[in-house]
Amino acid sequence: MTFDLECRNVFKHFGSFQAVNDISLEIPAGFFFSILGPSGCGKTTLLRMLAGFSEPDQGEILIKGKKMAGIPANKRPVNMVFQHLALFPMMNVGENIAYGLKRNRVPKPQRDKKVADVLERIGLPGIEKKSVNQLSGGQKQRVAIARCLVLEPDVLLLDEPLGALDLKLREQMKVELKKLQKAFGTTFIYITHDQSEAMVMSDQVAVMNHGRFEQVGSPQSLYYEPKTSFVAGFVGNNNRVAGIVESIVGETAIIRSNAGQQFKTAFPKIDLKAGDAVDLFIRPEAIHIRRDQSVTSENHINGQVENILFDGGNSQILVKDIDSSQELSVSLPQTREFNDLVAGDRVSLSWDMQQSNIFLSNKKRES
Amino acid sequence: MTGRKLSFYLLLMPLLLTLTLLILLPQLDMLGISMRERVSYGVYEFSLLHYREFFTEPLYWNTFLRTAVMSILATALTLLISFPVAWYIAKIAQGKNKNLMFLACLIPFWVSELVRTYGWMILLRESGVVSGFLQWIGVVDAPVEMLYNDITVMTGLVYASMLFMVVPLVSTLEGMDDSLVEAAYDLGGNHFTVLRTVIIPYAVPGIVSGCIVVFMLTLGNYLTPTLLGGKDSLWFTEQIFTQFITRFNWEQGAAFGVLLLCLSSLIVWLGLKLSKQSFKQALASET
Repeated sequence: MTFDLECRNVFKHFGSFQAVNDISLEIPAGFFFSILGPSGCGKTTLLRMLAGFSEPDQGEILIKGKKMAGIPANKRPVNMVFQHLALFPMMNVGENIAYGLKRNRVPKPQRDKKVADVLERIGLPGIEKKSVNQLSGGQKQRVAIARCLVLEPDVLLLDEPLGALDLKLREQMKVELKKLQKAFGTTFIYITHDQSEAMVMSDQVAVMNHGRFEQVGSPQSLYYEPKTSFVAGFVGNNNRVAGIVESIVGETAIIRSNAGQQFKTAFPKIDLKAGDAVDLFIRPEAIHIRRDQSVTSENHINGQVENILFDGGNSQILVKDIDSSQELSVSLPQTREFNDLVAGDRVSLSWDMQQSNIFLSNKKRES
Repeated sequence: MTGRKLSFYLLLMPLLLTLTLLILLPQLDMLGISMRERVSYGVYEFSLLHYREFFTEPLYWNTFLRTAVMSILATALTLLISFPVAWYIAKIAQGKNKNLMFLACLIPFWVSELVRTYGWMILLRESGVVSGFLQWIGVVDAPVEMLYNDITVMTGLVYASMLFMVVPLVSTLEGMDDSLVEAAYDLGGNHFTVLRTVIIPYAVPGIVSGCIVVFMLTLGNYLTPTLLGGKDSLWFTEQIFTQFITRFNWEQGAAFGVLLLCLSSLIVWLGLKLSKQSFKQALASET
């Protein structure tokens, strides 16, 4: 099977800084693939190597099975949507979209037809004569994407193109982009630091940190089964509790947190022994909250509400454990039950031991 | 009049005074002088004699055209040389280097134009540095005179106007997002098409404003053509100087001055028309 895009052990460094460190990936045709990582993790460097603006120090990049080494950006079957879109301000919309066709010497009648077609497909028919400055933010996005898609590239690279939009428009464009990708069937590679963009749109997400892929998988697998503590902390919200393994009973580990609490957790995939330093991750949305203080369960905390961070459906509360003063953030269910909750109220928290993730703490990799 | 309005006019006053006293009045007076004829001692009459003189005397005509053509050529050469320099300063040089290079363009202007031009003469005259060096390495066996020809005049003019082209170009090019160039390559452009379709169209306001400044400076330059070109340089400003100072024919000199103003306005207007720029845009890119 040939993949639309393949990287084999790609390295790139700038001076003594290793920007991209042994990246391998395989992307099948028609995939929406995201690379998610904090700024400075090397994702832009990787994308620029795919586009042909720089060459890897080691390793190779293949597009549709063809090696790309030595092929400059203007000869590669990939196109890129830039962070600030880079629409040419001195040309109108039609000229912008026709730019690549013109460079490929497509005759004018065909060119005009293709431009009209692609504008139709992105839902903006008949705006060829408009100046770029007359477009709204969302329209500019779509024109920038159309400018690339009209060339029918094998792979479309997108460098955080939604970053400059306001929140509402960004939400809309996420759906829009996903639809466009399905409609055109082109392989998209999307880089972003926004986990929600990556999760909503992608078939597969690679989480990148310090020039390496921490984990590659579907959005669901990243969220439910993070493989490293970086992924657990970066994808979605998480409470991190540092502690030590006290004892192991069958499939259950008993953890003593540094603040002194005792938690139980399942540890399906890692080797643990008593005395190991670990990080325990509990998602705010996996924690049950009750007013009744008498319930007991596997993991249980009686706490006091410190702060209510109201954000509609994403509201959270900060709860401080009464015994240890450890703070946990908990999602607030919007079922009216907790509408009258105020700071200072006593609540009880509990969660299933299957719902927490545990990793050996590795201070060096975290820094 | 409210206090606000008063302070506005007071602040405007120096500008208005300069414009009226130093530019408008002298020019109008010049126009007046150019259109009169001295019939006897202290008695003048309206006449277009001096304009007729200009059109009937081939020397004046030729000098006029020659000055215009040489100035356009000098402007074009300056643009050609300054563009890569400006590109390097705006896009390639980083941090300290950038400032150093800018300074290097500026340094010649710390000495007066006269001294700079004499510098060229020291280099290029028959007993000068270049001639001496050529003899020393044995390329030539007799002193070479490199002054007093058109190439030398052109060199001097380009050298004197470089900065005024580089500055507006750098400021326009610095405003250009690098990703425009990358996008153009990404969409299949090569070096030449990217330059022609993206970089130059983007830089047009800077190019136009640089060209206007350089052209005007060159057309009105007196020192460089006179010193480097000698008697044969035939620069129109020299004719004006001769009429005013040597021949004491103020009327003829004033007519030449008015004609030169018309010429420069006409050429700048044509340039703006051809590049589809408005004067306002061109001036705005200066800042």
